[in-house]
Amino acid sequence: MNSAQLENQLAYFPGYFANHVLLTVGALVLGIALSLPLAAVAIRRPGLAGPLLGVASVVQTIPGLALLALMVPLLGRIGVVPALVALVLYSMLPILRNTVTGALEVDANVIEAARGVGMTDDQILLRIRFPLSAPVIVAGIRTAAVWTVGMATLSTPVGATSLGNFIFSGLQTQNTVAVLLGCLGAAILAIALDGLIRMAELAAARRDARLAWTSLALFIAAVVLATTPIAGNLLGGSQRPRVNVGAKTFTEQYILAELIADRLETAGFEATIRDGLGSTVVFQALAHEEIDVYVDYSGTIWANQLKRKETASAQRVLAEIKTWLLAEHQILSLGALGFENAYAFAMRRDRAEALGIETLLDLALHASSLSVGGDYEFFSRPEWIAVRDAYGMKFAEQRSFDSTLMYTAVSEGHVDVISAFSTDGRIAAFDLVVLDDPRESLPPYDGVLLLSRSAAARPDLVNALRPLIGSLDDRAMREANRRVDLDHRPVDEVAHELSRGLAIPRR
Amino acid sequence: MHAVELPSTGYRRAMLSLREVSKTYPGGQLAVDRLSLELAAGETVVLLGASGCGKTTTLKMINRLVEATSGEILVDGRATKGMDPVLLRRGIGYVFQGIGLFPHWTVADNVASTPRLLGWEEGRIRARVDELLERVGLPPENYRERRPDELSGGQQQRVGVARALAAEAKVLLMDEPFGALDPVTRDGLQRELIRVREQLGLTILLVTHDVTEALLLADRIAVMDHGRIEQIASPTELFASPANEHVERLLDMPRRQSERIQNILRGTDPPGGRDDS
Repeated sequence: MNSAQLENQLAYFPGYFANHVLLTVGALVLGIALSLPLAAVAIRRPGLAGPLLGVASVVQTIPGLALLALMVPLLGRIGVVPALVALVLYSMLPILRNTVTGALEVDANVIEAARGVGMTDDQILLRIRFPLSAPVIVAGIRTAAVWTVGMATLSTPVGATSLGNFIFSGLQTQNTVAVLLGCLGAAILAIALDGLIRMAELAAARRDARLAWTSLALFIAAVVLATTPIAGNLLGGSQRPRVNVGAKTFTEQYILAELIADRLETAGFEATIRDGLGSTVVFQALAHEEIDVYVDYSGTIWANQLKRKETASAQRVLAEIKTWLLAEHQILSLGALGFENAYAFAMRRDRAEALGIETLLDLALHASSLSVGGDYEFFSRPEWIAVRDAYGMKFAEQRSFDSTLMYTAVSEGHVDVISAFSTDGRIAAFDLVVLDDPRESLPPYDGVLLLSRSAAARPDLVNALRPLIGSLDDRAMREANRRVDLDHRPVDEVAHELSRGLAIPRR
Repeated sequence: MHAVELPSTGYRRAMLSLREVSKTYPGGQLAVDRLSLELAAGETVVLLGASGCGKTTTLKMINRLVEATSGEILVDGRATKGMDPVLLRRGIGYVFQGIGLFPHWTVADNVASTPRLLGWEEGRIRARVDELLERVGLPPENYRERRPDELSGGQQQRVGVARALAAEAKVLLMDEPFGALDPVTRDGLQRELIRVREQLGLTILLVTHDVTEALLLADRIAVMDHGRIEQIASPTELFASPANEHVERLLDMPRRQSERIQNILRGTDPPGGRDDS
């Protein structure tokens, strides 16, 4: 950790923080605006209150990340909209629950008196039930505010920028400064929001109009101040042609996105990186033209999109996915960048030598007494099924790790073998050996540059990116990954060095 | 104690009429059974009976807090059935057993509840609130801006009465209005109610299980049991000719108490006379 690293990360803070504030406050305002009328209906018909609160509770039991991810296929898009919808749903339970409970618990004598003096049901609700349960309702809003701030950090993988960008990229690139900045920002926001709502609560309890207006003014001022850094973007911003570059949630993808952005900026485009996107989210985003370009892997498209279970030669896979992508999604596969980041099984060298394991065939013989580690998706991927079936692999234990922790796990002996990525700098750094695949059960994973339909229709854009094709070999990619993962260098610096080192003619 | 004795209603306009009114609750329980009752303008009738006899249900059917299953109710000659219940309630004063002041509103706002709902202009509301607070013995300059939780139980029920009267209702329904108060406060409020009633010419239907209260306030007492009126008569008539054993038993306790108090006052209270069995 050093001051240059902090300075580098701090530059992102205003933008991330502003987006986080907008996302949280927007979700909270919408959550309140939806919950109060729904609560009003439930109070009028107590038969509805149970089912309504039941549904809200079920939403609450869905893990935050899963709820956010679910919104992407449901809404057919990525970015602020699915994040906002998920956050609104999440914020509604405490508000609904407290409003309904609070309003129904108002003294029955008072309600009867309200009917007796001639109030309509609406008047009873607005003049009696809501004001009398205001402290309970506000308590619900406070709970919702704190939850929403926290959950908004998880909206990064669905493409909404937030303080979560610090946390996700920081965890991937082992940048503690970034992770801490993200957490600190979220904590500050949660405390500030909670304080403001408490102030409003106090104003309501004391019936102090001045305090109520002060808290509202402070709230608006804080939101305006926090969102100034992105006000320009919201109002139109730069005149340069804009390009959205997507990236998945691992180091290589962060570097490649920065590399593409670097190329585009040089060619006069305004590039925006939307990183930390989930593996399927990023493909859908490209298909729906919410991002313009990103790098995927031929084997991933082959297995996940074409649903092909058999393997084929690198050239055939490249050719078939190119045709398929164009026909099915009007996505242009501009070509392979030159490196391959395949799934590969890796072991500590001493352990492999001791057991005499060199290939997956050898591994299969010892598997019943060994443990295998993979990233979160590996064991549900077709590649694993293919390897398992090709070699009759049956391990004693199967464990899932965050992909950055996998390498440490195998080098420290927590597992015997891992599903490594062939371009990962840690394979060499930790002295791991990659096992041969004599039955060629694993498909090829050439990095391919994919362009959305609208991006493919912009010749200037295509021309700016075309020089990247074939320019980046395994060694260069592995070296760049190593600099970020092991030397803890900032991603943009490494990408910039990589860009300068490429054999590409520059304008 | 009361200015007019009204043995019958024949010579005055009927302000409140209940004709063959019944109430069956969803469970099938018959709470009120073909009850008929007529109150002349300015008359006070007390529905007297044990809890569960149907007296509160009867009261609530008049302003439709409870809907009658059958029968007809007329207020000032108009059938309530076709009326908007909300508008009906704004035209009838109601004093609740549980008082039910709105705790988040000032005394003045509480009293102004119905006039505000009726859309009176603020000057008129203010004048009316002050007048009524004065009438129920709460000087407006001291009490207007107070909140209910700053008042004693007796003061709260005074505000409850003022709220019921605020919209110039001619009919006042009172459900055990003094039940929760201590005897001294209850006595003061009962006497003030009599005074206010004379001043405003109110027609009052009051529900209580307290025989003494019924005797002190009623022009006529309707003794209820099992959803029916067993006897309706002036207090004097009731003592003179109770209709059945139940009515007689009901009157026995105040009679004994009163005899004993008279003996005490004469100095002839026999030893051991405190035995209440």
